[in-house]
Amino acid sequence: MASAFASSRTNGPEVVKELAFFAVIALMMSVMILGVETVDRPTGLELAVRWDLVLLAIGSTVVGRLGLIFRRENISRLGQAILITVSAVAVFEMFVRFRDMDDRWASPVFLDMAFSSVVSVIVSIAFLAIIFAAAYFSMKDKTAVEVDESAKLSSKIQLMYRSNTKKIGLIGIIFFIIFPFIFGEDRSAIDLATLVMIYIMLGWGLNIVVGLAGLLDLGYVAFYAVGAYSYALLSQNFDLSFWLCLPLAGIFAASFGIVLGFPVLRLRGDYLAIVTLGFGEIIRVVLINWYDLTGGPDGISSIERPSFFGMAEFSRRVPEGSIGFGELFGMDYSSMHRLIFLYYLILALALVTNFVTMRLRKLPIGRAWEALREDEIACRSLGINPTNTKLSAFAIGAMFGGFAGAFFATRQGFISPESFTFLESAVILAIVVLGGMGSQIGVVLAAIVMIGFPEMFRELAEYRMLIFGAGIVAIMLWRPRGLLSFRDPTILLNMSQKEKVAGEMK
Amino acid sequence: MTDNKLLEVEHLTMRFGGLVAIDDLSFMANKREITAIIGPNGAGKTTVFNCLTGFYVPTEGRLTLHADDGPRLLERTEGFRIPRNKGVARTFQNIRLFTGMTVLENLIVAQHNRLMEASAFSLAGLFNLGRYAKAESEAIETAKFWLNKVGLYEQADWHAGNLPYGSQRRLEIARAMCTDPSLLCLDEPAAGLNPRESAELNVLLQSIRDDQGVGCLLIEHDMSVVMQISDHVIVLDYGKKIADGDPDAVKNDPAVIRAYLGEEEDDELPPEVAADLHLDPNAH
Repeated sequence: MASAFASSRTNGPEVVKELAFFAVIALMMSVMILGVETVDRPTGLELAVRWDLVLLAIGSTVVGRLGLIFRRENISRLGQAILITVSAVAVFEMFVRFRDMDDRWASPVFLDMAFSSVVSVIVSIAFLAIIFAAAYFSMKDKTAVEVDESAKLSSKIQLMYRSNTKKIGLIGIIFFIIFPFIFGEDRSAIDLATLVMIYIMLGWGLNIVVGLAGLLDLGYVAFYAVGAYSYALLSQNFDLSFWLCLPLAGIFAASFGIVLGFPVLRLRGDYLAIVTLGFGEIIRVVLINWYDLTGGPDGISSIERPSFFGMAEFSRRVPEGSIGFGELFGMDYSSMHRLIFLYYLILALALVTNFVTMRLRKLPIGRAWEALREDEIACRSLGINPTNTKLSAFAIGAMFGGFAGAFFATRQGFISPESFTFLESAVILAIVVLGGMGSQIGVVLAAIVMIGFPEMFRELAEYRMLIFGAGIVAIMLWRPRGLLSFRDPTILLNMSQKEKVAGEMK
Repeated sequence: MTDNKLLEVEHLTMRFGGLVAIDDLSFMANKREITAIIGPNGAGKTTVFNCLTGFYVPTEGRLTLHADDGPRLLERTEGFRIPRNKGVARTFQNIRLFTGMTVLENLIVAQHNRLMEASAFSLAGLFNLGRYAKAESEAIETAKFWLNKVGLYEQADWHAGNLPYGSQRRLEIARAMCTDPSLLCLDEPAAGLNPRESAELNVLLQSIRDDQGVGCLLIEHDMSVVMQISDHVIVLDYGKKIADGDPDAVKNDPAVIRAYLGEEEDDELPPEVAADLHLDPNAH
């Protein structure tokens, strides 16, 4: 061992010191979380210790660290790969034990979960092979040429993405349009797609406020709530149809945006974030407590479903004087018709949001938003009215939130203040930030990652959150400015988009 | 002469709590002239600019801009309205460009109000109706004109933050000029420029004065700029005007020399240094 390090910067004792340091850190981090467990015994709560888990945590940390040292010192690639694989297996074993901690006392496990059947054997061998292969091939010799090549590859991908955003967007739109034809009979797929689409729309709406105008809004869900309650209340109290209420919901939400915006938009940064957060909570608390109007915590139920543009109904029992959707098109009744119609409705609303945003970006108002994000003082010196410009961003963002809210109310048929908690605001903001501020396609990707994946992997139960956390850390490390954080100029004078991007890459 | 005046500052006083930054300052700037404001650090030069461009509301005094459509009282105008309709444009001591946007976009943002009107506050622009498309192409022409003028045409699609320092200075001037002002306030435009760049700056400012007919107000420490191009120099010290006149008169004004160099104490200075100070006021 000592001879292996002889030629390099690190020597034996230093390696031991480094490993010991990380072992201590692993011990400190794992001893309270993994090491002790409260067990409900007939005699009362007792503490049980799980030293095996702690040892596994420390072991995997030390082995993994050793793999990193091997990598740093350019020692045998095979050795690096083996160490990292061993470390990954130890982590896996730790999870297996952690999951089985309740029956663990009956039969101590050593990978027996994975080896209990032939299928599991194949799965676990494949798992090990994948980790090993990934570890082996990601370990490259750190010669200048290879680093260069990987940078070249990533810039190639970037160039391809950025010079073809329109095509990629078009492919995405076509995919979402034909989606119901692929999964037409799968109710859960359509439901999930509709949910993701709501968040895409909310993300695009918030993107105007946060991504373009640079105003950190932590209470965006308030406008979503205003839209939802506007539709629910107007429809219940005045018997207005969805198609009339949809624009009204947008107008109400925009007015709330303006009312909120007037006093608070003179604040900046953190202060603005806190005030918008407060506004979001105020709306929710008012909804809970104004029992006579909103039904308080009971919410509003049996909200009217939308008709097919007033021409046909989707329900099985069609009321007097109107015809069913199936009848109109000569099809048998199917409960999927309404769901697919709702899916297309939110798709259309989201695309309108996208179109308006893309267009506004190229208009003076959009450029002023971006300029305001860059430097407010310079904007004032150029004659741009900062208050009005910010207000317009706030109002337009709120309007799209209101549209989405009205759609949400009509799709669910039931709304209550429960649906409009701060967590929702945080999720929408996370979508915008994860996607890359100001990036429209980024929002789509982020909404799929943040909303779609957790729903798709429901079987994984609480591990979803673990993976989610790991994903967030990975994003912070490798893409701290979001998945797609490029700003494309709104106008170019003597270059094409492709040349411009290629020039930046150099 | 009187109908030639562009800016009239009368009894301007600006107090921050107990600190009197500007004390009863009056001066005049003429059309088609470059008026330089000089003075030691902390003399209140930038404060004058901030009052003129609406960033501060003066404690006392009157600021009148004699624009083509009649006099305007700047101290009563909201800050963001001052640059509108041939008003007052400015640059900043520490450059304030929109660094994440391209050079061209910076110049288009400067023409915001005209474009905003043409796009009917975005309603017509949303569907690219005729008037807006025309206004936008005009705005691009204006931007191109200024890009050529400051020699940045080739870099039009660069991000403004990637330009070298001297180009950023020129771009900021071009951006201010794109608002179509009648008075341009330049806060230390030559700071950080090398001699060749400041010579180019001189040419640019003279062209703005002579070809565009825009009056300039200039804060500057670089005497090679001040003495060569200004028509009129005002010297401030501790918020008070201590000299006012053409460059040569100001250069030899004993009050100015005192403000910059302290009391004359010839007998304590080596003779060659004293001689240099007298012969070449540009030296510092």
